[in-house]
Parts: sequence; C-alpha cells; structure tokens
Amino acid sequence: MTLVRQAGVIAAKDLRIEVRGRHAVGTILPFAATLLIAFGLSIGPGRTLLQQTAPGLLWLAMLFASVLAFRRSYEAEGEDGALEGLLLAPIDKAAVFLGKAAAVALQLIALWVAVLLLVAALFDVSLGGDTGIVVAACLLGTIGLAAVGSLFGVLTESPRAREAVVPLLVLPLAVPVLLSGVKATSLGLAGLGSQAGGWLGLLVAFDVVFLSAGTLVFEYLMED
Amino acid sequence: MRIATGGERLMGKMAARTGEKVLGWVSLVAVAVTLFMSLVVVPPDASQGDVQRLMYVHVPAAWLAYLSFFVVFVASIAYLVTKRIRWDRLAAASAEVGVLFTALTIALGMLWGKPVWGAWWTWDPRLTTTAILLLLYLGYLAVRRLPESPARRARWAAVIGIVAFLDVPIVQLSVTWWRSLHQGPTVRLLGESTIAPIMLTTLLIAVGAFTVLYSYLIVLRLRVGRLEERAVAEALSPRIGVPVAEVVDDVDEGEEAVARG
Repeated sequence: MTLVRQAGVIAAKDLRIEVRGRHAVGTILPFAATLLIAFGLSIGPGRTLLQQTAPGLLWLAMLFASVLAFRRSYEAEGEDGALEGLLLAPIDKAAVFLGKAAAVALQLIALWVAVLLLVAALFDVSLGGDTGIVVAACLLGTIGLAAVGSLFGVLTESPRAREAVVPLLVLPLAVPVLLSGVKATSLGLAGLGSQAGGWLGLLVAFDVVFLSAGTLVFEYLMED
Repeated sequence: MRIATGGERLMGKMAARTGEKVLGWVSLVAVAVTLFMSLVVVPPDASQGDVQRLMYVHVPAAWLAYLSFFVVFVASIAYLVTKRIRWDRLAAASAEVGVLFTALTIALGMLWGKPVWGAWWTWDPRLTTTAILLLLYLGYLAVRRLPESPARRARWAAVIGIVAFLDVPIVQLSVTWWRSLHQGPTVRLLGESTIAPIMLTTLLIAVGAFTVLYSYLIVLRLRVGRLEERAVAEALSPRIGVPVAEVVDDVDEGEEAVARG
C-alpha cells in the first residue's frame, strides 16, 4: 500500500469513530458555541465593536475547539490498547500522522461551517465580501492546525499526562495561524481580498513546514 | 587493567572539574569587566540618559536566548540521529538556560520600555516574538516532566525542540507584518553603525562575557544532569547504598544504565 492509501485507511477509521460516537457534534460544537456566546457577553452588545472583533473571536473559538478535537483524536487510541495495535500495524508511521491530520481537518471543516454561521448570526457579520479569501484562509488554517494537533495530540497518551500540556504547546506554536487567519478573514470580509495574499502565503508556509516536519519526526513520538 | 582505567577516569574527572572552575572564574571576571565598562567607562546616552545602560545586559541576554534555543535545536537533531543520551542532556540544559535568559530579556526590556516608550509593554514584533518564544520553551520544559521513561522523554523533547525552533521564523514574520515599533538594529555587520565606538566595544565585551557565562552554566547543568541520572540508578539498584557510578559513566544511554543497575 502506498503512503496515501495507508493514510486514507487511518483517516477513514477515525471518521468512522466520529460518525458512530458523535463526539465533535455532541461536545466540540456546543463548546465552540459557548465560547462565542461568552465572547459576545464579555464584549457587550455594541454592534460596531462586535463586528470589528468578530474575525478574532471566530479564530479564537476555532483554535480552542480544535484543541479538543486533537485530544479526542488520540483519546480513542488510549482505549483497549488501540495505540499498540496501531504501532504494530504494518504501515508507515508517517501515514498515521497524515491520516489522523486528515480526519481532524475534515471534522474541523465541518465545525467551521457551523461556527461561521453562528458568528454571522450572533455578531451581525455579513459573510459577503471576498468569500473565496475567507474560505481559503479557513481551509489553509485548518490544515496547519490539524498538522500541529495530530503531531502533539499523541502527548496526551502519557501515563502522567496533564490536561494543560497540549494547549500549552499547541497554542504558542499556532500563533502564526491565528494572526494570518484573523488578518486574511477580516480583509476578506471587508472586500479587501486582494491585500490578503501575503497572509495566505504565510498560512501555506506554515502548512508546508508542519506537514513535512510531522511526516519526518512523528515516528519518534510513537516508537517505544 | 581495571584499576588503570579507574585511575584514568579519576584523572579525567579532576581535569574536567578544574576546567569547570577555570570557566567559572573567567565568567566572573568577564561579567565584572562588563559591569565596569557599562556602568563607569561608557558615558550615558545623549538622548536616553542612564537608562540606556540596560542595553549592555538586555542585548547579550537576548543573544543568549537565541543561542540557547539554537543549541537545543542542534542537540535535538543529534539525539534523534545518534540516540546518545548526552545530546538530550545538552538540549535540556540549554533549554533551561534559554528560558532563564528569555525571561531576563523581557524583564529588562520592560524596565527600559517604561521610561523610554512610556509603557511596560507594547505589542512590538520583537517583544511579542520573545514572549511567544518563552511560552514555547516553557511548553518544552513542561513536556520533559511528563514521561516516566528517560528514552521516551528524550525523544518527545527532541521532536519539540526541533519543531519549536522551526516555528520561530514564521512567528517572527507574522508578528512583524502585524505591526512594528521597535528601534531599528543599531549594529550592522556591513556599512556604517549608528553607535559610538566605545558603546559598541562595551556591547561586544558584554556579549562575549555572557557567552562565556552560558558555557559555564551549561557545563554545570550537564554535571547536575549526570548526577541526577546516577541518583535514579542508585535508587533502583538492588544493592542500595552501593554507588553505581561506574555503570552510569560507562553507559551513555541512561535507560540502559537503569536497567542494568
């Protein structure tokens, strides 16, 4: 089997777990909605302020929600010795990384749709403007986040794992995604998409660095 | 034969300890010279006054922060390639020293920023990047405390040491595009510098002194690391109280030493 086929098998397995367990729908989506409501309440009912901060709040909600998705992705492997099974499977470790990243990315994209609609409704933001730029920013940001998360989600599988370690590691690493995503999204929503090229380029650079770094070093996180 | 190697090891150890002491004294003298130069010899800055003297500590501290994390990066790669635990020890030592000096850089920058910029903190690219750098390597040190097995800890830490360092230029670029307020670089390798020669000399002496201090701290931390591993090996030894120093010194892979002990 080629690397892509192997990754596809892993991704299909993870998505099947999600479809049957409905963790993202049942936990992560309500969590993202709660965050957005909390942000709205803490900023107050002023319409202009809410509209101005909406891109930032959108990405913050996605960033925090995605940390839950990374944890979930490896939580399932901790049960019934599934991780050992994965280690013993005759596949490339890089395929495990890529497959898990793909599965998380697909779940996050579904989450994006819901969160974007929520932001549009709650903060009275029009999703018009350069929609293509907004969609591109969301997709590119998601790939980068999924790569970081699928690389370091495995750290939750330590006997002494502490809840805060994955966010502590992932959130500072993902600062470029947050910044570029927020900037590209605000430019896109404002109809200034032509100025967002640099930010999208930065997102692409981040995706390339983390996908290739993950493919190269993931096996060292897994082997025992 | 065994006695001879034991004697050689003892000689080697004594030479190492002497080297360590010499390094310690050199750092002390170098830091004292830096203090004398920056506080007495150099005149206060024309526009900023005495506050500017913080530069002679702030810039070398920032240099050490970046140097340390570069060493973590190189040692992490070296560990994954060779699987020798001494590289992991070096990465761990360098990360600790780096976190210390990153925090120092930020603290000194804030002390300087209040009178000169009028604020403790501004969302300037270099400040923000340094703060994120501090968080990244605090995460690195947090992960080092997780695994039970030394080999697994070393591998996890090495992966983070590599990835975190690759992330730094992207963070730097994104934050720079975001906004800029910091003073432009005053020392340029090529072309005219905008700094008085005596100030430049003092700054270079300070950078040199801090670099010597860095190597001293690393040597010290490496020895503590070895002693920690020996303590663990002794605690796990079936003959409690009997030193297993020889075992630890001989075997590079720490976990193997524990298994043998």
